[in-house]
Parts: sequence; structure tokens; C-alpha cells
Amino acid sequence: MKKSYQNLEDNSTNNMKQVIYRNLTSTILHLGFILLLTFSTSVIAQEGDPANGKALFNANCAACHKLDRDMTGPMLRNVEARLAEEEGLDRTWLNSWIRNSSGLIKSGDAYANKVYNKWNKTAMTAFPQLSDQDISDILAYTAQPKPEPVVLEQVNIDGGGGEAGVSNNLILGALALLFGLLALALILVKRTLNRFAEAKGLEVVKEKRTPLWKAFAQNQFLLLVTAIFFLLASGYFVYGYLMQVGVDQGYEPVQPIHYSHRIHAGDNGIDCKYCHSSARVSKHSGIPSLNICMNCHKAIANVAPETLAEGKSEYGVDYDAEIQKLYDAVGWNGTGYTGESKPVKWIRIHNLPDFAYFNHSQHVSVAGIECQTCHGPVEEMEIMYQHSPLTMGWCINCHRETNVKVKDNGYYTKIHEELSKKYGVDQLTAAQMGGLECGKCHY
Amino acid sequence: MSSNKKYWKSVEELNENSSIVETLQQNEFVEEIPTDEFLGDKESLGSSSTTRRDFLKYVGFSTAAASLAACEGPVIKSIPYVVQPTEIIPGVANYYATTIANGFDFASVLVKTREGRPIKIENNTDAATNGMANARVQASVLELYDSRRVKTPQKGEVRISWDDLMSETTAALNGLSDDKQIVFLTATMPSPSTHKLIAEFSEKYGNVKHVAYDAISDSATLDAYEAKYGKRGMANYDFSKARTIVSVGADFLGDWQGGGFESGYATKRIPENGKMSRHIQFESNMTLSGANADKRVPLTPNQQKLALAKLYSLVVGGSVSVDLPENIAAAVQSAANEIKTAGSNAVVVTGIQDVNAQTVALEINDHLNSKAFDASTTIKTRQGSDKAVMQLVADMKAGKVGAVIMNGVNPMYTLPNAADFKEGLDKVDLSIAFALKVDETSSNCDYIAAASHNLESWGDFELKSGHYSLMQPTIRPLFDTKQFQEALLVWNGNSASYRNYLKSTWTADILDGASFNKAVQAGVFVGASTSSVEVEDNMTDASDEDTSVAPRRNAARALARSANASGMELSLYTKTGMGDGQQANNPWLQEFPDPITRTTWDNYLTVSKTDADALGLENWNVANGGLNGSYANVTVNGVTLEKVPVIVQPGQAKGSVGLAFGYGRTSEALMKEMRVGANAYPLYQGFNNVQSVTVEKASGEHEFACVQLHNTLMGRGDIIKETTLEIFNTKDKHVWNKVPEVSLNHIETPVTSPDVDLWESFDRSIGHHFNLSIDLNACTGCGACVIACHAENNVPVVGKTEMRRSRDMHWLRIDRYYSSEETGFEGDNEKKDNISGLGSSLSEFGEMESPADNPQVAFQPVMCQHCNHAPCETVCPVAATAHGRQGQNHMAYNRCVGTRYCANNCPYKVRRFNWFLYNNNEEFDFNYAMNDDLGKMVLNPDVTVRSRGVMEKCSMCIQKTQKTILDAKREGRPVKDGEFQTACSAACGNGAMIFGDVNDKDSKIAELKEDNRAYHLLEHVGTKPNVVYQTKVRNTKEA
Repeated sequence: MKKSYQNLEDNSTNNMKQVIYRNLTSTILHLGFILLLTFSTSVIAQEGDPANGKALFNANCAACHKLDRDMTGPMLRNVEARLAEEEGLDRTWLNSWIRNSSGLIKSGDAYANKVYNKWNKTAMTAFPQLSDQDISDILAYTAQPKPEPVVLEQVNIDGGGGEAGVSNNLILGALALLFGLLALALILVKRTLNRFAEAKGLEVVKEKRTPLWKAFAQNQFLLLVTAIFFLLASGYFVYGYLMQVGVDQGYEPVQPIHYSHRIHAGDNGIDCKYCHSSARVSKHSGIPSLNICMNCHKAIANVAPETLAEGKSEYGVDYDAEIQKLYDAVGWNGTGYTGESKPVKWIRIHNLPDFAYFNHSQHVSVAGIECQTCHGPVEEMEIMYQHSPLTMGWCINCHRETNVKVKDNGYYTKIHEELSKKYGVDQLTAAQMGGLECGKCHY
Repeated sequence: MSSNKKYWKSVEELNENSSIVETLQQNEFVEEIPTDEFLGDKESLGSSSTTRRDFLKYVGFSTAAASLAACEGPVIKSIPYVVQPTEIIPGVANYYATTIANGFDFASVLVKTREGRPIKIENNTDAATNGMANARVQASVLELYDSRRVKTPQKGEVRISWDDLMSETTAALNGLSDDKQIVFLTATMPSPSTHKLIAEFSEKYGNVKHVAYDAISDSATLDAYEAKYGKRGMANYDFSKARTIVSVGADFLGDWQGGGFESGYATKRIPENGKMSRHIQFESNMTLSGANADKRVPLTPNQQKLALAKLYSLVVGGSVSVDLPENIAAAVQSAANEIKTAGSNAVVVTGIQDVNAQTVALEINDHLNSKAFDASTTIKTRQGSDKAVMQLVADMKAGKVGAVIMNGVNPMYTLPNAADFKEGLDKVDLSIAFALKVDETSSNCDYIAAASHNLESWGDFELKSGHYSLMQPTIRPLFDTKQFQEALLVWNGNSASYRNYLKSTWTADILDGASFNKAVQAGVFVGASTSSVEVEDNMTDASDEDTSVAPRRNAARALARSANASGMELSLYTKTGMGDGQQANNPWLQEFPDPITRTTWDNYLTVSKTDADALGLENWNVANGGLNGSYANVTVNGVTLEKVPVIVQPGQAKGSVGLAFGYGRTSEALMKEMRVGANAYPLYQGFNNVQSVTVEKASGEHEFACVQLHNTLMGRGDIIKETTLEIFNTKDKHVWNKVPEVSLNHIETPVTSPDVDLWESFDRSIGHHFNLSIDLNACTGCGACVIACHAENNVPVVGKTEMRRSRDMHWLRIDRYYSSEETGFEGDNEKKDNISGLGSSLSEFGEMESPADNPQVAFQPVMCQHCNHAPCETVCPVAATAHGRQGQNHMAYNRCVGTRYCANNCPYKVRRFNWFLYNNNEEFDFNYAMNDDLGKMVLNPDVTVRSRGVMEKCSMCIQKTQKTILDAKREGRPVKDGEFQTACSAACGNGAMIFGDVNDKDSKIAELKEDNRAYHLLEHVGTKPNVVYQTKVRNTKEA
């Protein structure tokens, strides 16, 4: 406290202010002393509950602080111990800092000002609602030792499958052996019989037979049928080949950042439209801009250890490194934006030809179709791939089968009434609404 | 038959022996396709080293190679924003209200932007003034993406930075000696904040002069108005308040007084309760106004002066002795009578660039107390002063000018005495040009200050006194450009941004407590009164001591005296597509067919038939259907334009010729394909648009790209139904708008009856059923819809040679028909009734007495008629064109294999075939909207860019109707009337095109479809189109 006082005196150029501060400081000093006397026993006596502390930490502090990494504010593991060790500051200082940091800064507290300046003069939110018990719970949580990274046991992927393969092979081998023995037996039997015949003096007459291939070649009808068969078969395959040209179902390119929909949409249950928000209003679903990522990833620089381990073992991906790629792209140095950004060049997976018009908002907002209907089980996809063929036949089929969601939509009231009367049905498909017309998608 | 008159599309049709017309009536092509040339040449076929087998091998190999190559899909990258601006959602258009003001055109507009790029200009219907964008304004969005724009500031030819430019010029300005002037030479900028900036500049630097320069001068109008009312400006006219309109040489549907009068005019042209306005036009060139007039009197510019003087004496009083031909004198007399009858409901306007003439017109309107005439509201979009410009050139030559700073002007091209200007410019110590291009002028200046385009700039404009229009940027500057005002701020030592300066000026002087942001959002602001920002910024005012205006009472007599031309008179005019020529590098405008001559990529001397015959000038059609014409040498006062192509123009007054400004530019700022036509500015001597001229035939023949004889409707009349107001009011609909009948079991049955229909009709009563109504009375032929369609639907530009081959791609064309009634020969109707068969009609056209003298004109926009029983759909072998139940005829480009059966079977000839790949093709690089990366930014992402070999046509803007439906669905509400729009209907400020859903019984379109005037094009064919036309009614009966 003395030190800070001097500091103020040295730094200040305004005498008036100086006096005011001096008075203020001394007041606070006195008050603090009294407070210390009053509560010193209880403070020491209080034992924190790390479990409650974790909850409080996540609710109040986690937006700006991490345990093991600097973020908007400094990292907080063992903060109390570190403060006591390095600065000689105790719980009282921490309490007043947490409840009203700006007050402490104004009071001229040296360390408070140092921290304030170090963190780009970003004032910490005041938490006057936290009781002493709450604070000690939080500090107890921060005082917990860093858990060792969980190393999952390497699962032998080949194990089970390999076993099954061996057994199958065994059975097959045995069967082959059996058939081999049978064939051998037959040959032996034949030879024995021939020998018997020879011994009895019987002549075995060998019938003269046309070879099978010659017979086949001579049979015009059979040839024709075969030719037709082969033509049809090759036609079938050629058609099949041609029809898949330009159909990229299953297209799963390597993306510049290994982004896992499984973790985001699956494990964390983030709504698709949180990131792909323009799907609601636009023809494009939109690839989220990086600032959308940073809404969460400002706070999440590391994945949970289990997830990290799982990624390394199952997919050979270091998720933390991937998050770092995002930071590099958006220009985030862990505490602030550097202003140097480079856009991410994603590889486009779902590609409709230019002559086909598709509007996401029509399907998502108006029809209320789940994204998964077309995009498949995205929440299970580690890497995004094209689930549907995106061919015209596929579109048309859905339009034939899907009923238009007319309920509570004022636009459809009249047309639904008239059309359902016309077709004598209660539910109208998109096709009945005119969803098969060329011009609805091609213009 | 609504009218017995026959229409003809070209003077060629009047030529009795024209084999071409006859051939075109019968065949698609004028001559046989020359297959023999190739197949008949046995020798070269035989000597070819490629045998049939080899050929097949090559074909087989290339097919296999192509299909293999096609198997591997390209990897497409998708790059999102790093930080997405909140106002941009990819795939959703934003609209900004702004202003296009380039010194010639001034319009309050809405700009549609997609992903931050402006792609289309639309009308700002909230604007009380100039809210309608004409063709040039519509096209100016492409000018933004012209890769020939100057991209950085330059010192001579060296690129420099803005900092260098500003510091060097500031030093130079400060270093000027006191006796030398600093002159701002700008286009008309009725901008309060700019005037204030210039005033501040002159305070700082002293000895500053501001000269406003209009390339096409309205100086006489301004002088006359100023003399009478004490303010420099032009009187405002609201033609919706006029019952009788008499125009003497004023093309008020064109660019007269800056344009913008057609909306008001059109409202009173639609007969309502049996009444419509009556329009009498005295003019020499055939203009849009003349084409729309009920009565048009062709007379030379000289006679116009006399006619106006006479009109004055007849209406107001006083005597002038004029010597006019009998028929014109009679026409003037009857016009005077009509004016007197109409009293305050009449209005007289004149376009004669003569102070006396303008004074006379003001006097007449004043005398009549005309309701349409509003002298208190001043139009401010022309401020130029001829005298001041001439004075400046003289001063420059005399070395009195130290610095000249130009903005938005191109005097080296537009000045008649450009050489003098150049001489003067060389003597100026410092010359700076704010320009979009390295054009004729800026390339001669010390510094080229790369200027921002209108769509990249801030600005404010007082279009009329009290009526303001705001300009806001719709995109960040594409290049390293600055606007003039930003530089002024720097010179003035003001560190504010121009936007903030503008805001503070507005808050202080104009808004009167209203919100600036609201004003910017609306794009327009109407002040309580004319602004206090009538800033005197040393704007030179030459007419102060102009005594010639003073004796107003004698103006008519002076006018009559001044008419003393001899020989041929030349009227210089501006074309609807090109204006003053500053957008000459805009392919949309080059390819825009002139409404009157239907010619593209050219300007030409318009000559009357009589004069053409006398001078030996002619037009003729050649084998491929193209139009050829003679050349003429045009000499004015010693200046000769050589080899100007000639078009024989029906309705051109005998003894007069016309030539359009805006062409003949040779600057590198234009692509070489755009450097077409003859430059008329050297003939614009003394800023007088009327010159005494000698015309003589020159050798050679010119090839026009004219769409005139193309798309003939095979001689089938009744395309335009027309009647007179009298018949319309008194007779039954059957008389003037009869539905064609066919015989069914020997009973005449209307073709609309289902009994005579070949086809089963689909039920179209459910859902939307789109119809488009086109009112031939309200359509002035301005062509804004053509360019709007171009921009909306990614229509390619094909160039002059392809246009000449009638391969134009416009989805929407405006047919122009001349008629031959009212030309003074009796028995004409009877004769036509007796015509039997096509051949006879053609021969009898020829017998008629000089019908080209003064035809009536009708405009008819034609696009795909979206027939319910479409002939094109039945012949498509691959079902690429099919009908939607919403009434649109769909065209699936990806399905089309290019047989062109549909085009052949279309009775309206509205289908367009992609003969070439017009995008990404070097051969068509002038079509830069599809061929360079910058130009492509203008493309509408919602519409496919078509490839070679497919048919295309008007889709009735299905992308727009679908968008409207989707918006309604998302909001869960029915679509309101008026929400459905096509690009053309939205662009039409005249109310001639109304689009909507006829199944909405309360809609305007449902009402129009059942209107008595409604008819379908070629109704007897039974195609049941979804485009409906409204019979043209002419107010021919004299009041």
C-alpha cells in the first residue's frame, strides 16, 4: 500500500488530484484494515467447495478467463497462491478486486493498476453479488491441480475384425480341402473301375463328342441370345457409368481446416442455422464467416482432453491445432485481433449446376424441412460429405412425395382450399402445387 | 377492324417492286442458304485429305476425349467473409436510394445490389421529381464496371498517388500569381454542398471562377427564364395538368430541358371518362414527341420560329407578319384556336434555342395562366452558359487562366471549337481533369484525377427548387478514385470527409430539423421552400447585361425577324440511346435500337424522302436483309463532316436534315467497336443546334445495323389496333376493337370461344395467373424497358455485324410502325378495304401519294406473349419449352438442343437464338458485361447466362415473380396487388406496362384484361396470349 501511494505521488502531475487520492487511499486503507480485522478469522476458516466453484466459475468467469491460458483476462489456475507468492497479496485484495476492480484501480493500488494496464486497460466486470463463500469456492476450484491428459488406451482396431476373417478363411480352407479330397476320391474310383474293366477285358468305348464351344458356336440361336445378353449387360453398365458422371454423391474433399460437424452439431447440439443462418432467408445456406466461429472459439481454444485424444486416435487430427488454424485465419492471437486475416478457402461440396435454381429459404423456412433430409446425418459426420445425389430425379421424387406445409401460412390458404377441392385430397404434394414445372427451377 | 389503316415498317415496303419485302414475306431468309457453295464444290471436297472414315474416327475420338475429360469435376472453392457485414446476406438483394447525375441525366433511383455489387438501377417511385430512370440511366450501372475506367490518378501518363497529386496541385494552386484565374469548368451540378465548397475554395484562393458547361446547351432557355423571372433555371411543366399541348420543336418526351416529363404526359394520354389530352407537335426531325403527337406538323427550324411567333400573335395578341406555307399557317391557326378554347388547360413549349423563342413560349403560358406551367418551381438541371464557356476559351488563349479544374466535362470532344480549347489548355499552368476515363480532354491535362462513378460517390442535387435528391455510394470505389468534392475539401484544408461535410451542410441549410439519415434512406427530400443554399460561388453569369432579352413585348417580332435561313437546315439532336455521348463505351446503349429509326451502333443524317431524291441519296436493302445507305458530306460554315451515312426518314421536314450528337468518338477510352458514327459536335457552332448546311452525296455505301426490316410480321395487319377518340367515345367496342371471327358450322364465331379452339384448355383459375398489359396510348417508346430487361436478364450484346444479320438478342423489342393516314389523300381507306391479297396490298401501297411525308407513328413493345396455347411448345422435340400453370411459357435452356423449330413456329418472332457463345469469348469482348471479370459483376446471379446453341426469350421475369411469391410465403400472407413486377413493368414510369395476377379479381391487371380497349396480338391465330394490349386511341378531332 505504501508503494502504491508513492507511485501515485510520482506519477501524478496534478496536485489537487494527488491530495484527493491520498485522502481516498488512506480512507480505504483504514477501512481495509478494519475489514481485515473483522473478517480475518472467518476468511481463513472458510474452506472452498471446488464443485460449486466450478459452477460459479463457468457462470461468471469463463467468458473472459481460462484456467490454463490467458484470454480476455489472465489465466487463473492457482491464482491465489501465485498472488500471495509473487505479489504478497492476500484474499482481501482478491475480494475487493473481484467485487469492484475499478474501485481498486482508482484507489491507486499498484498491482491493480499494473494488471489494468497490462490487459489493455480492459476493466474487469464487477461482481458485487459474489459472497465470500462464493469467492472461496471459486478459488478452491482454481486451486485444483491440472488434470493429467487422459490417454485413451489404443484400441486394436483390427482385433475383432481380424479374428472373424481368420475363422472365415479357416472354414473356406476346410471346405476347399474337402472338395479337393472328394475330387481325388472320384478320380481314384474312376481309375479303379477302369482297372477292373481292363482286368475283366471289357473295352471302354470313348464316345466322340463335339466340344462344347463348337456346339455353342454352331447354335445360331444361342449366339444371338448371348449377343443380346451381352449388349444389354454392357448397355446397363455403360448407362450406369454415364448416369453417375457429374453426380458427386459421397464427395468428401479434404478441407483446409478439419472441421467436425460431429462435434459441433452432434456432441454439442448446435443448431445448423446458428452458423448457416442465411439458409432461413436466402437462396444460399451460406458458409459461416469466421466471426461466427469466433463467437464461441474466442473462449474455446482447446477441446476437452477426451475429445482431443479421440481425434488423435480415431481421425489422426489434432483438434487444437485445427482451432489454431482458425485463429491464424481470423488473426486472433489469443487475446485480441491482430487485424491480419486470411480467408479460409473451403472446398465446395454441394454444387448445383448454374442452370438449376435452388432456394434454401423456400425449403427451410417455408416448408420446414430438416437440413438432414437432404444433407444426411450431418451430426454424425466427422468430415462433411455429399449425402444425396443432388440429381433432378432426386429433387423431383421428393417433390412428388412431400406434402406442402400449408398450415398457418396465409399465403396458401386460398390456393390450398381450391386445389384440394380440385384433386379431392386433403394434403397437397409439392408436385400438385406446380413444383414439377421446368420454369420453377430453370431460369 | 379497328382501323382500316395499314402499317408499314420501312419505306422499303412502299417500294412497289421491292423483291426483298416480297421475299421476306414468304421466306425466313432473303436468299437461299448457300449450301451449294460447299457441297457443290466437288473438286475441293474430293481433294480433301480427310476421308469419310477419317472424319468419323476424328469425331469418335473427340467425343470420347470430351466425355472422358468431362468425367472429372473441377474443384470449386468457396470463400466466406472473415467478418461478414451485417447488412449483406449472400443471395439477398439490398436496395439503396441514390441519384444518377452525370451532368446530362439526373434521376433519383433505387440501386439493387447483390453481395455488395450494384447490378441494376430501378425507379425510385417515392421521388416526386425525376423518379423515372431513362434508358441511359438504367444502363449507367454497366459504366461502373467498364475496365477502361482510369484506375489511379495520373500525372500525364504516369501513375501517381492521391497524396502526391493533392500535394503537388495544392502547391501549384498556391504558387499561381494573383492575376491569374483559377477556373472550375464543371458539368451542371445543382449541388448545394458543392457550390458551398467552391465558394469556400474561392475564399481561400481568390480570383476563382466557376463555369458550368452543358455539352448540349440550354443557354437560351436559361437566359429567357432569367430575364423574365430573375433566376437562372428553366420553367417547370406538369403535362398531367394540360389538356392541350402545343410543342414547337420541343422533344419533351426526349431530352428537352433535361427530360423527365413523360410520366406526367402519359397519365393524360390514357382516355378516361372519354377524355384525353391533345398534343400538337411542330417539328423538323421526327422525335419521340412527334411520334406520340395527335397531330404532327413537319416544318423546318426556320419555319418553327415563324410558327411560334404567329402562335404568339394569335394567342396573346400583337401582329407579326410571317410568311408560312398555307398548310402550316392553317395548322398554326387551328392550334391557336385550340389553345384559346382550352385556355388555362393549354400549354405551349418550345425547344428552339433562341432567347426570343423561349421568351415567347413563357409569355404565352403566362398569358394563358396555364395550369401545366409552373414558373415558380425552377428546374435546375441545366446551368451552363454559352457565353461564359466562350469567354473561358478566350481567357485561356489569352493566358489569363492559371489553373483549370474540370469535372464531368469533356470539352475536347463536345466543344465545337475544340482546337481553340486545346490551344488555351496548353497555355494554362495547371490543368486537372476529374474523369472516369482517359478521354479526349483528360489525356490533354496535366493531371488526371481518377473520379469515382456516381454509384461510388456521395452527393446532393437540387433538381428543382426545393426538390432535393441525395446520392450515396452503393459500393466502395472499385479503383483508387476520389470524387471531385473530396479533392475540394483537401484543397480547402478541410479534413472532414465529404459525407460529413454534406451532412453538416444539409443539417444547417436544408433539412430544417428533419433527419439526415431518413433523407438518405429515401434518396429524396422535398424542402418547405427553395433552399437558402442559393450559394453565390462566383458562378459566372453571362446574361446579366444581355440586353437582347429585355424588350419582351417585341420578342415575337424579333423572333420572326431572326428567321432568315436559306437552303438546307440541320437540326442537331440527341438520340434516346446515346444522349450527349458520355456513355459511348456502353455496349447496351450502342446496341439499343433507336426508337424512331430502329438503327443500332450508328448515327446518321436523317433526310426527307423528297430531299433524298433530289440529292440522289437512298436507302436500300441488300440480300441478307441488311439496310444499306448512301453517304453524304455535310458542311456547316466551312466545317465538313465527310461520309456521314444517310437514312431516309419519313416525317423529316422537307428542307431540313437531322444529325445526332454523341457518336464519332475516337478516344482510346472507348473499345474500338464503340468508335462508330460521325461526331456532330464540330457542327454545333455557337451552341446553336440549328445550322445552315450543305449536303452532297459522297461515294460508297454504308452498312447499317438496323432491325427495321427484321421480324416482319408477314404482312399481317391488325397488329396495332387504333381508333380515334371520337369513335372510341361514340361507337360500340365491336366497331373499333372487334374480336376476329371464324366460321363454325357456317356461323361466325369469335376466336375466343372455346368451341373453335383446337386445344383443350388447362384450368388456370387456381393460383396465380400472370398477365401483362401494355397500353399503346401510354407507351412513348422511350426504351427504358429494353435496357431494364437487358440488365435484369443477362441479355447478351452481339455487335454491329450480328445485329445486321438480324441476330439481335433483345428479349423485348419496341416495334415502330408508320401509318399513312392523315396525309391528305381521300379514298385511302376505301382503297385498302378493297385490297385483296398481299401482293395487291403491296402494289397499292406504292400507288399512294408520297406517304412518307408525314406518317403517324405507333410504338408497340413486343416480348414473348406467353401464349396459353403456345405454338412453340408443340414443336419442341425435346420439350425444352413448356407451359407453367401460372401462365408463363418456360424455357429450360439446359434441355434445349437448338433445333429452332420454336422460333420458326412463333407467330410473334420473339425467340432469340444464341448463334455464338457470347460470354467468355474473345470475339465478343465488347460485350464486356459477360467477357471481362470486372464487367461480369453486373450480371444478375439469379438468371442463367445462356450458352451457344440454345434458344432464349422473355421469361416474364420468372425470377422476380418467384421471389415475390417466396417473400409472401415466408411472411405467411397473400401477395398484394402491385407486388408482382417484371423488369419492364417496373422500369415503365409511364404506366404503360401493368403486370399482375388476373386470378386476383381485385387487381388492376384483371380489370385491364377485361377493358374495352384490350386485345391480343394476332388474336385470330388463337394462341391466347398472356400479354394484352390496349387499343391506341388518337385524339385527332380538333377542338
